[in-house]
Amino acid sequence: MNELPGSILEPSGLFDAIHEGRSFDAVVHEATFDERSILEIEKLRLWYGSSQALFDISMLCPEGKVTALIGPSGCGKSTLLRCVNRMNDLIDTVRIEGQIRLSGQPILDSGTDVIELRKRIGMVFQKPNPFPMSIFENVVYSLRIDGERDRGLLEEVCEESLKGAGLWEEVKDRLESSALALSGGQQQRLCIARAIAAEPEVLLLDEPCSALDPIATGRVEDLIDELKGTYSILMVTHNMQQASRASDYTAFMYLGRLVEFGPTQDLFLQPRLKETEDYVTGRFG
Amino acid sequence: MTTTLEPPAPTPAPEASRQRARKRPRRRTQLSAHGEPFVWISGGALVLALAMVVGLFALVLGFGLGTFWPGPLEQITLEDGTSVLGELQREETVRLDGEEVDRRLIRVGNRDLTGVSFRWIDNADVAKVERPDWALVVERLSWGRFYGTPVSYQVQGEVVTEDPAEVWSAFLAEQGPARERLAEIRTLEEHEIGRVNARLERARLATRGAELRFGEDSDEARRAKMQELRIQEEGEASFAELGAKIAALRAKNAEQKVVFRTSDGVDVPMEVASIVRAYPANRLSFTGKVGVYLARWWEFLSADPRESNMEGGVFPAILGTVSMTLLMSILVVPFGVLAALYLREYAKQGIVVSTIRIVVNNLAGVPSIVFGVFGLGFFCYVVGGSIDRAFFPEALPDPTFGKRGLIWAALTLALLTLPVVIVATEEALAAVPSSMREGSLACGATKWQTIRRIVLPRAAPGIMTGMVLAIARGAGEVAPLMLVGAVKLAPSLPVDLTAPFVHPSRSFMHLGFHIFDLGFQSPDSEAAKPMIYTTTLLLIVIILALNSIAFWVRGRLRRKLQGVHV
Repeated sequence: MNELPGSILEPSGLFDAIHEGRSFDAVVHEATFDERSILEIEKLRLWYGSSQALFDISMLCPEGKVTALIGPSGCGKSTLLRCVNRMNDLIDTVRIEGQIRLSGQPILDSGTDVIELRKRIGMVFQKPNPFPMSIFENVVYSLRIDGERDRGLLEEVCEESLKGAGLWEEVKDRLESSALALSGGQQQRLCIARAIAAEPEVLLLDEPCSALDPIATGRVEDLIDELKGTYSILMVTHNMQQASRASDYTAFMYLGRLVEFGPTQDLFLQPRLKETEDYVTGRFG
Repeated sequence: MTTTLEPPAPTPAPEASRQRARKRPRRRTQLSAHGEPFVWISGGALVLALAMVVGLFALVLGFGLGTFWPGPLEQITLEDGTSVLGELQREETVRLDGEEVDRRLIRVGNRDLTGVSFRWIDNADVAKVERPDWALVVERLSWGRFYGTPVSYQVQGEVVTEDPAEVWSAFLAEQGPARERLAEIRTLEEHEIGRVNARLERARLATRGAELRFGEDSDEARRAKMQELRIQEEGEASFAELGAKIAALRAKNAEQKVVFRTSDGVDVPMEVASIVRAYPANRLSFTGKVGVYLARWWEFLSADPRESNMEGGVFPAILGTVSMTLLMSILVVPFGVLAALYLREYAKQGIVVSTIRIVVNNLAGVPSIVFGVFGLGFFCYVVGGSIDRAFFPEALPDPTFGKRGLIWAALTLALLTLPVVIVATEEALAAVPSSMREGSLACGATKWQTIRRIVLPRAAPGIMTGMVLAIARGAGEVAPLMLVGAVKLAPSLPVDLTAPFVHPSRSFMHLGFHIFDLGFQSPDSEAAKPMIYTTTLLLIVIILALNSIAFWVRGRLRRKLQGVHV
C-alpha cells in the first residue's frame, strides 16, 4: 500500500487507471501510521443504485487532529463523510460494503445503534441549518432529546458550548430569541455549538464555510483550530487554502478513489504524485 | 404599381469586415414576446373574478344590512275607493299584454284577516298616498306583521282610553310585564314540565331496563314498576300544579288588550303579550329608527325562530353551525395530520403510496351528497344503531344515537374535509427543508423526535392553512347535513347549560340549511326573503370570523418561526 511514487505508475498514469477502471493502491505517507487513530476506514465501497460512488477507500483519521478531504466536485468526499455517521441510511438506494471502525468498534453493521452512534459523532452541514427555535433550545437540542430537564445543567452546557464555538459574547443577551434571526456565520457557529454540546468523539464538517463570507470563514477556521485536540475532526473542503491552513492531515480523492493521504504540510509541499501536486497547486481541478 | 420609393441600399459599414457576419437577419422582437396581450388577459380575468365576488358580497351586504331598517308606513287610497296600509317593498316595470305597467309591491300584513301579506298595486290605480300619523307596525308572535291604527286600550274588557297617544303609552307601560309573564309561561312549559317528563321517562326506562335484565316477573322489575307508578303519581300532581300556574299567568295576560283598526275598518283586539314589537313608523325619529333597527338585529341574533323560521331569530342555527364546525375541526385535524404524517414520513414512497395519494385527492371531488348518504347509512344507522343496542337497549325502539345528530354530522363533514387537510398537511411536511431533518438526525434524534420537535412545528402554519380550508368547506356545506343531522326546527340546543353541556346525539339547526329552508320551503317566500339575506350575511360573517381566528394563529406561528418576536 505504501509504495513509493513512480515505482509502479508514471505521474500521469494514475488518472488513466481510474478512468479505465483499473485498481491501484493509494499513496499513503508513512507519517500517518505514527498517529493513534480514532476512525479506521477499511475497503469502503458504496453504490447509489447501480452506480458506484466509492471504491475501496482505506484510511485512518488520527485522534485529536483535523483531517481534510479534498478533491474535485463529485469525487465522493461528502459521501464518505456521511458514511461515518450513517446519514446515507436515509437514502433508500445506497448500498455499502467494507467497514468503518470508531475506536475499534465496527459501525456499519446492521446491529449498530445508529442513534447512539450519531450522538458520538457530531456533524455540521454545508449550509447552516439551525432549527426553528430559540438559540438556547438549538444548543441544548441533543440534551433535550435525551430527556434532560435540569435547567441549571442545560444552561451550563449552553454557555460552555457557545463559548466553545466562539459565539457566547454575541448572543448571551438573546438566548431566547429565534436562531433564524442570526447571520449566516453566526448560524454556522451555532450549529458547531449544537454539535459540540453533545460532547462527541468525532466532529464531521461538510464544507462548513462554503456558504459564508470571508470574515465568517476566518472565524470558523480559527474555531476549528481551537477545537482540535479536544475533538477529532474530519472535514470536507473545496478550498485549498483552507485545507492547508486548518488541517493536520489531508486526503486527496478523485472520482470515488483515495489518491494520496498524508500530513498536510507534506501533501501540499512535497506531494508524491504529480496528480496531487497539480490539484493542490491549481493546475487541475 | 411601380415602385417609386426604393429602400436605400444597405451601405456596407466601414468596420463590417471586423464584425462576424450574422447567418440570419436580426428579427424585431414580436409583440407576443413582450407579453402585452397576456398582461391584459390575466388582468382582465382577475378583474372579472373580483367583480363577481364583490358583486355577490355587495348584494348580500346591501340587502342583509338594509332589511331591518324600519321604513315608512303608507296608506294608499286606490281609484276604486278602497285603501291599503303597508310598507313599500319595491317597484318594477313589467310588460303585460304588450304594454308597460309600473307597479309596486306593498307588504300589507294582516295575513290572518286577508290570507295574503303582499299585494301588487298598479301605479295607475293609485289615487292618493298618505303617511298616517298613528299607523303602527306590529310584529306579532304568530301570523306575521300587522298594520293598523290603535283604537282603544282594554283592561279586563273595559275600555280605558281611546286616544291614540294614550293607548300607545298604556301599551308601552304594559308590554314589559306582559312579555315577562309570557317568558315565565315558556319557562314553565319548557323547563319545569320538561323536567317532570324527563323524570317520568327515566323511571319508564329504569323499569324497562330492569325487565330486560332480570326478567319481567323478577323482584327488581316489580320494584322498579312500583317506583315508576309512584313517580307517575307525583308527576301528575306536578302537572296539575304547573298547569294551574300557567293558566293563571295566561288569564292575567288576557286582561291587557289593544284594539287596532285595519285600513279596511276592521277592529282587531290583540293581547299585549302577543306583540313582540310595535312602533309608529311615521312618527319615529332617526334615533328611534336606529333603536328599532338594533332591536331587530338583537332579536335576530339571540332569539328562537318563529312562524316557520320566517321571523324571530336564528340563535339555535348560529349555535348549531358553530358547534358543528368546531366539532368537525377537532375531529378532522388530528386525524388528517396523522394520516398525512404516515403517508409522507413513514410509508415507503412507491406505487402504493402514490395510488393512495391520488385516491385521497379524488375523494375531495366526490359530490358532498354522497358523503351525506354514506354518513346516514354508516354513522347514523350502523355505528349509532350499534351504540344503541349496546348501551341504550331499554330505550329501543326509540333511537338514542341511531338517528341524525350533531356528532354524526360532524363526523360526516370531517370525512368530507379530510382530503383537504391531508393534502395541505402533506404539502406543509414536504416543504420542511431536508437540511433540518438531517440536522436533527445528525444530533442523534430519532425519527419520531425529529418529527415532533422539528417537522411538525415547522409545518404548523401549513397545517393551519388546511384547517382554514376545511372550515370554509365544512361550514358552508348543506347537502350532506340535510341527511345526517340538520333540521328545520330543533326542539333543543345541541350545546346548553345542563350537563353534559354538549349533546352529541341531538339534531341541530344550521345556517346553511336555514337559508335553503327559508328560500325554498317556507310558506311565504316573499316574507322570508329578507331573512334569507340576513342569514346569508350572518353565515358569511361567521365563516369569516372562524377563518380570521385561524389566520391570526397561523400568522403568529409563522412570525415565530421566522424569528420575529411576537
